[in-house]
Amino acid sequence: MIDLHLIKALHTAAGPRTLDVRLTLPPGEVLALSGPSGAGKTTLLRLLAGLSRPDGGFLQVEGQVWYSHERGQWLPPQRRPLGFVFQDYALFPNMTVRENLAFAAEGQPQARQIIDGLLELLELTELAPRRPAALSGGQQQRVALARALARRPRLLLLDEPLSALDLATRLRLQQALADIHREFKLTTVLISHDPAEIARLATRVVELDLGQVVRVGPPVPVAALGTTVGGRVVAVLPGGHLRVQLGGSATLVEVPAPTGPPYAPGDELALSLAVVPARRD
Amino acid sequence: MPPDYWQTLRLTLALAACTTVLLLGLGIPVAYALAHTRSRLRPLAEAVVSLPLVLPPTVIGFYLLLAFSDSTALGRFLSNQLGLSLNFTFTGILLGSLVYCLPFMVQPLQAGFAQVPRSLTEASYTLGKSRLTTLWRVLLPNMKPALLNGAVLTFAHTLGEFGVVLMIGGSLPGRTRVASIAIYDEVQSLHYDQANAYALTLLVLAFVILVGLYWFTKKDATRRLL
Repeated sequence: MIDLHLIKALHTAAGPRTLDVRLTLPPGEVLALSGPSGAGKTTLLRLLAGLSRPDGGFLQVEGQVWYSHERGQWLPPQRRPLGFVFQDYALFPNMTVRENLAFAAEGQPQARQIIDGLLELLELTELAPRRPAALSGGQQQRVALARALARRPRLLLLDEPLSALDLATRLRLQQALADIHREFKLTTVLISHDPAEIARLATRVVELDLGQVVRVGPPVPVAALGTTVGGRVVAVLPGGHLRVQLGGSATLVEVPAPTGPPYAPGDELALSLAVVPARRD
Repeated sequence: MPPDYWQTLRLTLALAACTTVLLLGLGIPVAYALAHTRSRLRPLAEAVVSLPLVLPPTVIGFYLLLAFSDSTALGRFLSNQLGLSLNFTFTGILLGSLVYCLPFMVQPLQAGFAQVPRSLTEASYTLGKSRLTTLWRVLLPNMKPALLNGAVLTFAHTLGEFGVVLMIGGSLPGRTRVASIAIYDEVQSLHYDQANAYALTLLVLAFVILVGLYWFTKKDATRRLL
């Protein structure tokens, strides 16, 4: 059970705002944070991890006070039993894959078994002697995930863990994340922009904008989404069309703009794809 | 070959080696503090560290000479309480060269700390590691070119030190007479051949050291601090 009310000054493109979020997370929940950039998603994640200090409020995890403005308490990140997966993976370049995990598992009883188990679970056994620089993005992401789990955390925090990966790798890793959640039952908070990803992984979505919660609720089910792909507007074309970059790939498609407020380059959207059998001549 | 060539060379290399080793120990905490502090006094601290870059070495030497002499409170404290008489001793010129070379160690290290991504430090913290463990096992191993750069620049710079050593140490053979001072003395006595022996040694040494530095750090774009 996580109970929080966190307040922190935000510096957004729209000027100074205040992040002010109250949430309660039951054990084992997978909470997705979504919202436009500058909404305070990463700030909230960093406050949970203890990488930034809140300006006010409280944070209580499984009965333990991690932060309390009133009582002047603040637990440094080192003493919070959590795993954090960074957007840039933050693997230690001077250590091999195995050493990255071993560094994290130090002090754990049976560290060796934990490491071997995680290497196997995330299909990294073959890559164990390699350094991060010799790995692909998807492989690095799996190492980052394994490393975050090596400390046997109670809480897993993921900052846009899959955004930089191509679609196929993304789908594989979503599966890995779902498997990990089934195995470890970790309370998880993840930042994601992709409705399909949220639908596959999360039990609840919190949408933030300018530091405030604008919507809390269950994710839109996958069936309702059809087959969707996240995209980013790269250009607004004459005639009400948008040029959209698909997922983390370099693929560009042109689509009619949806009705409603106009889109601008940089906006995120989801494309619903109709799946039809390929014609074989 | 000058009569005390080897003795002078040994002293020169000992001074450079001691300066480098001690400054590594001193420079790492100073550079770490400068790279991480959010204090408004940081520009002041940076200016103090970098002062030896712009001051004439004789100015540093002059004030250290005064500080070490019996005419100041510090000097009296050093000699009466600690039994340290620093002027015209190896310890004295070593202290002088520590001050003189401080920026040559601190600046590359500070740049090195700044260039390690912040997320590596944060990742280490979220894995339960203390600041010291993070420094020792994450930061320093990932800034080896900066460490090499700082050490090599300090070593090479100590070889070429003249003004500070002359002011504090004078030219006592075997005690404070380093190669750069020996050159000056030999020229004063019109022993050009002997001066040349020292000068050529320093020239070759400096060149080899720099080639070595650039060779080992050729892949690192941040190396050219000199």
